[in-house]
Amino acid sequence: MPKTRLLQTYWRKTLRITAVLVAVWFVATFVVVYYAADLNRFSFLGFPLGFFMAAQGSLLIYVALVWFYARYMNRLDKECGVAEE
Amino acid sequence: MGARKNKQYFRSLSRYYGLYTGGFITFIILLAIAEQMGMPNAWIGYIFMVATLGLYTTIGVLSRTADISEYYVAGRRVPAIFNGMASGADWMSAATFIGMAGTLYLSGYDGLAFVMGWTGGYVLVALFLAPFLRKFGQFTIPDFLGARYGGNLPRMIGVLAAILASFIYVVAQIYGVGLISSRFLGIDFTTGVYVGVLGILVCSFLGGAKAITWTQVAQYVILIIAYLVPVVMLSQRITEVPIPQLVYGEVLEKVTEREQEIFNDPAQKEALRLYAQKADMLAAKIKMLPASLETERRQAEARLARLRAERPAKAEEIAAAENFLGHLPRTEMEARQRWGKELEAARASARPPAPHADPFAGKTEASRDNARRNFLALAACLMIGTAGLPHILMRYYTTPTVREARESVFWTLFFIFLLYSAAPALAVLVKFEVYTKLIGTSISDLPSWMAAWGVKINDINHDGILQLAEISINPDIIVLAAPEIAGLPYVVSGLVAAGGLAAALSTADALLLVIASALSHDVYFQMVHPEASTPLRIFLSKALLLVAALVAAFVASLRPDTLLSMVAWAFSIAGAALFPVLALGVFWKRANWAGAVAGMVLGLGVTLFYLVGVRFYGMTPWFGIRDIAAGIFGVPAGFIGVIAASLLTPPPSEETQRLVEYCRYPRLQASETEP
Repeated sequence: MPKTRLLQTYWRKTLRITAVLVAVWFVATFVVVYYAADLNRFSFLGFPLGFFMAAQGSLLIYVALVWFYARYMNRLDKECGVAEE
Repeated sequence: MGARKNKQYFRSLSRYYGLYTGGFITFIILLAIAEQMGMPNAWIGYIFMVATLGLYTTIGVLSRTADISEYYVAGRRVPAIFNGMASGADWMSAATFIGMAGTLYLSGYDGLAFVMGWTGGYVLVALFLAPFLRKFGQFTIPDFLGARYGGNLPRMIGVLAAILASFIYVVAQIYGVGLISSRFLGIDFTTGVYVGVLGILVCSFLGGAKAITWTQVAQYVILIIAYLVPVVMLSQRITEVPIPQLVYGEVLEKVTEREQEIFNDPAQKEALRLYAQKADMLAAKIKMLPASLETERRQAEARLARLRAERPAKAEEIAAAENFLGHLPRTEMEARQRWGKELEAARASARPPAPHADPFAGKTEASRDNARRNFLALAACLMIGTAGLPHILMRYYTTPTVREARESVFWTLFFIFLLYSAAPALAVLVKFEVYTKLIGTSISDLPSWMAAWGVKINDINHDGILQLAEISINPDIIVLAAPEIAGLPYVVSGLVAAGGLAAALSTADALLLVIASALSHDVYFQMVHPEASTPLRIFLSKALLLVAALVAAFVASLRPDTLLSMVAWAFSIAGAALFPVLALGVFWKRANWAGAVAGMVLGLGVTLFYLVGVRFYGMTPWFGIRDIAAGIFGVPAGFIGVIAASLLTPPPSEETQRLVEYCRYPRLQASETEP
């Protein structure tokens, strides 16, 4: 593939992964809080689920999102030939 | 730097900090033994303070530097994991360490907006900013604005926003330092503030970002140990499992059961009613000013005269009456102020408490909806603010590569998570202790920590038994007093104080550096005197740092009482003024000079207008949103400003578009880019 096309692919994939991860982030934050009272009817590890999500669950999702992004992007760098030495 | 050399550097860093952590733990154990052998508490407090401050000074002196890149961005050779620790210490401030668990204790679920807001923002940092700013690779955040949008105006507004947000934030840190050092060194608050500033200066003054980075790594180790030890010990004692995050669900269940008993206790209801009565009385008195003050004085005088005339004279009652008269407010202003405060306190005590795990406390559907809106708005502001605060963003300038910048955000969030997941646990565990061991017991046998930490008890229904409504705790003491609440040895208290100090100092250092470099690098070097020599630039930065620290200390010593909300303002300001221009600067090539200026002015303007209006001028809140979430209006205003003004004016130059391309790809020379 010519270099230009590769760069375009790289940026397109970057935008796509960014959009997907932002969507997950949005759900883990705003949807989860919006429905906290309903989630609280379920229980997890003894916690009401709504409370658990805001205190730990969403936080774990954030950590996982950032971890996944770093891994995905570092691989994409190599695939598209823009990885640093 | 070659990969081999990098690896070697990483290994020796790991060895140093491994040894250091072991040393610190040994130090704690030795002190614990000394305590058992009878070392007085005051000594333990002093030893912790002196030892940790001494340590920071040593690191500061060892990493002193005169190199400009080391001074501003630590030479860009901080490996991802160490930068993660440094950013973690940078991030976790006095508000996190001292304040957060207390807020959670008081407001239960609704306080979790801080926990989510102060972690979720890192997703935005990772996705929209950190790797691109690293590729851009200059010294400050306004540098990016200057290069991306051209001209001095965007840079100048960026400097203004950065300084405003950082200054508000640093005042809160210095306040925290003053609080801790005055409490543990037994000096008065103002002296404590200046002692604290000294601690801040030894490090940032000598070595800039380099010294700050390596001190912050050390501070992270101290603060995380200090935060986790009491939570783990408390968890072990209550549940017999030392992993609080896993097991405090059960404790929460017990707290919820106990809440029902307490809330339905007739004595508690009576106490609430009496507080409501007191609040009404105070409100009536304030309304009748100045006549009510006159009546109050006359009554007191009459009572005193009557007592003096009585035979046999009751000396004690006379003294009390004299005292009461002497302490009456002298002017209408004073009365209004003092009674207003009492009214606020009485109203707070009269409010029925909400169950800990229930979201969005409120009597009616509408008030619950409003609480939910505020939670969402605050969480959004804190997250976007995280991605706009310069002292955080500049940390990602310091990694060797783009790749490590990404990994470093992960490590940062991971290290922060360790503390943030423990804070709600601590709040629940302390609540369990208070609700099961103190509420309902006789007021005469309350433990001594309550008086020592200024917990106010007012037996309003005179039954000699402590009801929940009768106790008012300043949330800022929950963490500092946790070891005593849990009956842990004093060495843990000393450790927690050292941890709080580490949290406040590490954040303050970074904030002061942002302020100093915005002025010395962005204003002086970039705009006024581009030929300035390196020694002059560093000298100027240090001088400004000193000035900023002293001004902030002065403001902190006035004890502004709106401090906690001020911290949240800093987030709204940074989020609204900086996040839109930074993110669109990378993701939208079409954004131009006019857009940047319009976006920042509009974002900053709307935020400031809203928060000052609502806070100080009694403006009616829009959609019931409180002033601390002002950014919820400012951020969209910022985005609209950038987009609208950019589209109305010609696109930026090709050179600018090439810069955007350059930032997007980790390995791309400026010459390789396509238009």
